[in-house]
Amino acid sequence: MDSQSSVPAILISSLEKKYDNGLQALHPTDLSIQKGEIFALLGPNGAGKSTLINMVCGIVNPSGGEVKVQGYDIIKEYRQARSLIGLVPQELTTHSFETVNQIVEFSRSLFNCPKDHKYTEELLRSLTLWEKRDEKIIALSGGMKRRLLIAQALSHKPKVLFLDEPTAGVDVELRKNLWDIVLRLRDQGVTIVLTTHYIEEAEAMADRVGIINKGKIALVEDKNRLLEKFGHKKLILTLAKPLNRIPSSLQKYELEIEGEGTSLTHVYSSVEEDMNLNELLCDLSDEGIMYSDLQTKKSSLEEVFVQLVQS
Amino acid sequence: MNLRGLLAIYIYEMRRAFRTVGQSIISPVISTSLYFVVFGSAIGSRMDEVGGVSYGSFIVPGLIMLSVLTQSTSNGSFSIFFPKFTGTIYEILSAPLSFLEITIGYVGASMSKSMILGIIIFITAHFFVSIELLHPFWALLFFILTCLSFSLLGFVIGIWADGFEKIQIVPMLILTPLTFLGGSFYSISMLPPFWQKVSMFNPIVYLISGFRWSFYGKADVSLSISLTVICVFICICLAIVWRMFATGYKLKA
Repeated sequence: MDSQSSVPAILISSLEKKYDNGLQALHPTDLSIQKGEIFALLGPNGAGKSTLINMVCGIVNPSGGEVKVQGYDIIKEYRQARSLIGLVPQELTTHSFETVNQIVEFSRSLFNCPKDHKYTEELLRSLTLWEKRDEKIIALSGGMKRRLLIAQALSHKPKVLFLDEPTAGVDVELRKNLWDIVLRLRDQGVTIVLTTHYIEEAEAMADRVGIINKGKIALVEDKNRLLEKFGHKKLILTLAKPLNRIPSSLQKYELEIEGEGTSLTHVYSSVEEDMNLNELLCDLSDEGIMYSDLQTKKSSLEEVFVQLVQS
Repeated sequence: MNLRGLLAIYIYEMRRAFRTVGQSIISPVISTSLYFVVFGSAIGSRMDEVGGVSYGSFIVPGLIMLSVLTQSTSNGSFSIFFPKFTGTIYEILSAPLSFLEITIGYVGASMSKSMILGIIIFITAHFFVSIELLHPFWALLFFILTCLSFSLLGFVIGIWADGFEKIQIVPMLILTPLTFLGGSFYSISMLPPFWQKVSMFNPIVYLISGFRWSFYGKADVSLSISLTVICVFICICLAIVWRMFATGYKLKA
């Protein structure tokens, strides 16, 4: 591995933002995002997700700290750093009277890239905007405008792409379409930083997850490890006959009766193999408790997120 | 230097101007032509010469300046205010562009639009009055410097303004009165001594005087003072723009 490939895509050190009115939007934050990964930043509204992204992209002035994008300082070496970044903003902030093609070329030129009709065509086709290339932006639907913002962000072939809630207000089909695009970009080696309200989105795509709340990063973890660490499994038994109370011999299992006695649940850790599960089923049988159905449910990232944010 | 980025901003702005050609070119040309008809032909024909120049011809440089000043300010302010208003300013701020490249892109386009307008008005004036141009080089220099300085002023206003009302305040309440009182329609020497002294505090007097001198060789103030004032004004505006970008004032959160 050469020295350049070992440089993180984004290295954030003690980055903070304090507004003049005293609001600390982001407390001193350290974060390292590796090349080629999809990093999802999750947090409730006003948590500081967009502030953090906008500081890296040069839209918000940091109050302190340092950010390097592939080794380039965003202040001292802003030209090199910004050339590597593409940003899809949260709001649908599009132009109105220019055509789709004009504005994608405009975005490309802003990054000092010469015209490349072939690439622009590929890009617009991949985002199903090619047919609309000569239409004025004002005539596009919300979903198309969202795709146009992505096309603009990708117009200069960035190495790091920031997607600030890219699928907010987008229908299910387009959302899935955008997920495919993001995964394809990752396969091409683009580092993606994603903020989202849809936890399923992070669950489907992210390699690592950062949870931010009240301007502080509460946790950064590999997604699968996070689910293992904080996730739980739930065994749900649909009983053949309703049960009024749990027999004393089964008290050790932390069982709960639900649905007016029609089902029995047992929550266990997903990280360790629950060796008691077999035993539990045998003990149930010994007590004459019969079940007509059995299912297990793994906790979602959303449940983990709520658990972490509330704690 | 990010020349492509600079040019992209310039072309985008020029395209916007040609899309609204009625508002940016035709409308000011018509209103200035009306000035020529009313003050130049109708009233001017009954007035004495001013410094050996017929009144209709005398007001031509002032009227060109009047249009160019107001249009430069308006173009400069709207060019940066609009991306702020629509939110598309994020593209500019996140691009690898220096403050100078951004400023040259926007202010250059604003200047170009005003210069096109000024040239059209100059040509139109020939239909109403006879015009001499004794010093074309100086006329061009004053013309370019005026377009530049007031486009820069407009750019500052556009960054400062956070609503449409503020965009209008400075041109309406400060620039228009200063331009009308800056000798567009008269020579400062026609004023009583007290008001002549007061007029010397109006920077627009120096611009119009210098520009008129390049037409007819007659000025209210010396050429060197006119040039110094306009250059100082440009430097002040540039310093303010630099400071605004350096601190992110009204541009970045």
